[in-house]
Formats: sequence, structure tokens, C-alpha cells
Amino acid sequence: MATDSTQTYVTDRKRATGLGSGRAGTQHHWQMMVSSMLLGIVIPAFLITFALGLGGTYDDAVAFYGKPIPAIILALSWVVIVRHMMNEALEAIEDYVHGVAGKLTQVATTAFSYTLMAVGVFAVARMAI
Amino acid sequence: MADVNRGNRPLSPHLSVYRPQLTSMSSIMVRITGIALLILAPLVAAWLLAAASSEGAYNAMNGFLSSWFGNLILIGGTWAMFYHMFGRLRHVLWDFGYCLNVEVSEKLAIGMFGGATVLTALLWIAV
Repeated sequence: MATDSTQTYVTDRKRATGLGSGRAGTQHHWQMMVSSMLLGIVIPAFLITFALGLGGTYDDAVAFYGKPIPAIILALSWVVIVRHMMNEALEAIEDYVHGVAGKLTQVATTAFSYTLMAVGVFAVARMAI
Repeated sequence: MADVNRGNRPLSPHLSVYRPQLTSMSSIMVRITGIALLILAPLVAAWLLAAASSEGAYNAMNGFLSSWFGNLILIGGTWAMFYHMFGRLRHVLWDFGYCLNVEVSEKLAIGMFGGATVLTALLWIAV
């Protein structure tokens, strides 16, 4: 415990809280571990599906995503991957951009990422339905 | 205790004090590929949106991605995805307490570079 009289009633753990670059606990780290494990499945699934749909005629592409399996695999893997890369970028911003600039960069990155997710899912859904 | 200096302490990572090593470089590459992929992601979203919109939009977007420059970006993106996948799986191994010594970590780093290159080549030859 600290000897300073103003800090007598604050525990060591309480004083350490918020001092890391993330200003928060281990939830973000655990989320990254979960989506990192998911990447082992969704990245090959995404790449194979997207490569199969790419390069053909317009009718080929619409027909490909008109089938349920490619549509579901692409939409699901897209959301998991973009969300993971968003967290990856937010972590980097925490480390290198501080203060108001850091907060605003994080908000912009989050908005950008969710827009990408919405656009991708909308496009696949429109072809699938 | 730790609360003696509560001022403007440097926060990790202290990249400037690092001598380049296989372990640190392969880890930094994971972050770089992650951010690069987020920057490239609009190309995928644009292709999907074009395919969902009209034949004209599709032909323009598909033509761009099928050009040599588009292919170059896509090959780079494919490699970055596989590399990031292997790199993140290495982080999972580390976080669960395995493969933490330098020799094994360096072997895994070489495996990440090699594995990403082999899988990228296989995907582009096969599909």
C-alpha cells in the first residue's frame, strides 16, 4: 500500500486500472483471440468463395450469389473479417494516436468499418433474394 | 510503488529501441497486413455493390479487378490475408502459453511467410 496519506484508501489494483494504452481491461484482448481463431476458418472460406465469383460475366456473378451457400459464406466471413480488421486498426490507433485525435480516429475507423459491413451484406442479400 | 511517476510516461510499444529481429518484424507485419486489408476492403465492397446494381457498374468494377493492376492488388491482398491469418493464429498459440521460446517463434515466423506464399500461389493457380 502507498504511504501517501491522500492515497491510503485506494488499492494498488485501483491505481493501476486505466494506465494501459487501451485504458480498459482484457475484454478487447479476448475478443481479438476469438476472432483470431475464427480467421483460421473464415479467411480460406472468404478467399475461395470470392475467387469463384470473380472474373465472370454479370449474369455469372448474380447467379453465383443467387445460391444460398456462396451468399451465406461470403456475407458471414465478410462481417467477421472486417470486424477483426477494425479491431486490429483500433488497437494500432490506441498505441500511436493519443488524446482527442486518437478518439476521433477511432470513431472514424469504426464508422468506416460498419459501413463496409453494411454495404457488403446488402449487396450479397440483394443478389441472393 | 508504481504510482511514483504518474505523469506522461511512454506507452508501449517502444519501437524505436528495437533492433529488427525475425520475431518482432513478423509480428509488426501482422499489424501492417491487418490495416492494409481494412484499406483494401472497399474494393471488395465496391465489386459486390456493382454486381448487385447493374451490368454496366459490374463490367467497370470487374474489368478493373481483372486488369493487371487489379490482379496485383488482389494477389497482394490474398497474401496479406493468409499471412495475417497465420500471424493471428501464432498470437493465439502464444496467448494460450505455447511456443513462447525464441527458436520456435522464429520457425513459426518463417512458416508464416512460407505458408502465406504457398497458399496464395495455390489459390491463384487453382481458382
